[in-house]
Amino acid sequence: MSIGKEFYRGFIKENPVFVLLLGMCPTLGVTGTAVNGLGMGLATTAVLIGSNIVISLIKNLIPEKVRIPVFIVVIASFVTIIELTMAAYLPDLNEQLGLFIPLIVVNCIILGRAEAFASKKGVGESIVDGIVMGLGFSFALTLLGSVREILGFGSIFGVKFVAEEASTMLLFILPPGAFISLGILTAAINKLTMKKGKV
Amino acid sequence: MADKKKMESTFFNMVLVLTVVALVSAFALGFTYIGTKDAIAAVELKKTIDGIKAVLPEFDNNPYEEKYIVEGFEGVEYYPAKKGEEYVGTAVKTFEKGFVEDVVIMVGFDSEGKIVNTSVIQHKETPGLGSKMSTPKFKDQFKGKAVPSDSGIKVTKDKGEIDAISAATISSRAFCGAVSKGYKGLLKGGKK
Amino acid sequence: MEYIIIIIGAIFVNNIVLVQFLGICPFLGVSTRISTAAGMSAAVMFVMTLATIVTFLLQSFVLVPLHIEFMKTVAFILVIASLVQMVELIMKKVSPPLYQALGVFLPLITTNCAIMGVALLVIKKDFNLAESVVFAIASAIGFALALIVFAGIREKLELLDVPEAMKGAPIALLTAGLLSLAFMGFSGMV
Repeated sequence: MSIGKEFYRGFIKENPVFVLLLGMCPTLGVTGTAVNGLGMGLATTAVLIGSNIVISLIKNLIPEKVRIPVFIVVIASFVTIIELTMAAYLPDLNEQLGLFIPLIVVNCIILGRAEAFASKKGVGESIVDGIVMGLGFSFALTLLGSVREILGFGSIFGVKFVAEEASTMLLFILPPGAFISLGILTAAINKLTMKKGKV
Repeated sequence: MADKKKMESTFFNMVLVLTVVALVSAFALGFTYIGTKDAIAAVELKKTIDGIKAVLPEFDNNPYEEKYIVEGFEGVEYYPAKKGEEYVGTAVKTFEKGFVEDVVIMVGFDSEGKIVNTSVIQHKETPGLGSKMSTPKFKDQFKGKAVPSDSGIKVTKDKGEIDAISAATISSRAFCGAVSKGYKGLLKGGKK
Repeated sequence: MEYIIIIIGAIFVNNIVLVQFLGICPFLGVSTRISTAAGMSAAVMFVMTLATIVTFLLQSFVLVPLHIEFMKTVAFILVIASLVQMVELIMKKVSPPLYQALGVFLPLITTNCAIMGVALLVIKKDFNLAESVVFAIASAIGFALALIVFAGIREKLELLDVPEAMKGAPIALLTAGLLSLAFMGFSGMV
């Protein structure tokens, strides 16, 4: 598998957020700023890679009937490790992301990849899949976060580029803005992939 | 592709695997917990100390060690500060229900009971509206003011002297309520 | 009085889907027909209330006394997954017609962040057991409200001419945005 092709798959063709419509909750919930979106994306990627590795390593030791509970324990464990690590070393980001960090455990992307990929393929391939899908997710979240931050705060990654007193479109930081921004972005990506011929 | 023999789904195997996985998980997490426990506690402590430093004039004791609470004012924490032997003021970590959850602030009272400064520790108010309580434009109004001991400090809508944040009256009222609560507790059981 | 505030807050002001962003996957995925929306809502209400009670008890009587709060995430999600399995089995035996109606939604509920979200929220908000139950039921009602209203709108949308790139998720999201905007009108009620 070529690396380029893999990245195209994770970022565009099978982008977890824009195409597969998975992991919607954190996508809408923490993308008020670009930093939050990126932080969340990377935290999720870390869990995804970790769980993909472990599940791929032990896949032949898991009886078929209990595979879902086992996957869940593995994923939840990695989520807790990330939770604790962030609380200790990244307290500000931790507070911003709040409830959505433990909620990574129900992010359908992770369980989905475990079921569809890691439980069937080798460790190397699972790592690449984790990285690619995770970064695709991070890309989507950072993109959405940037759009919302630019429109809503007039800044990007915390760097303001409009006057202090300038009025910004606050709507985009609030819940309705999240839905609307994601809707428009998804439509844009649809248009892009449609142009490239039937996907 | 999968010609490797997968473990069979016998009852014994299932229970064994689940138990082993659960134990490994508990062990790994316990290990991580112990490793991060101190760092997490340090983060909490730093937040409080920074909060105290932001609202009081210079001090050289450790207010955190002399923390006390006042009966009847559950959840409010008092941190007295001294410079040498002289009582400099008290930082009060107080709270009041805001629009979404409790708004938690630190307010510093000097030795005469006047407000030195305020600092927002935690809030979940609406971005762009209630969140403006952290901006100097709102907070700085409290500097140097004395809290009326009977009615507490209030927004102009409630016949007080604080200009509320436009379209965020509830958040503004919560802030005032927290300050007033802290002051009343100080009057009741304040130590020097 | 406190309960009224919790209820109004959970259903309207801080609607679990349109404001807190929990339960989006089923919200977008299951809301194409009012009947499926209603079915999913009923299943969610049942599981959410039950799960909140069990996780609350688990936290109070096991995790906190043993000082293993860090196992919260693992424990809670296992509880939820098991509960869903159990509910499915019991429903199959006890009431086959109910199982026919709701059964297909149940497995989806495990990864519904609304359930896990509410379970975690009641711990964060420091509610007691009674308040937690009220909050769970109210949140589920809020979920149902958002889902059913949304389904009603989407049923009508199907009859309209939507541009190709907007079909499906985009137009649904924009609609959800407008619905969320409408719900913002409730802010200031409590």
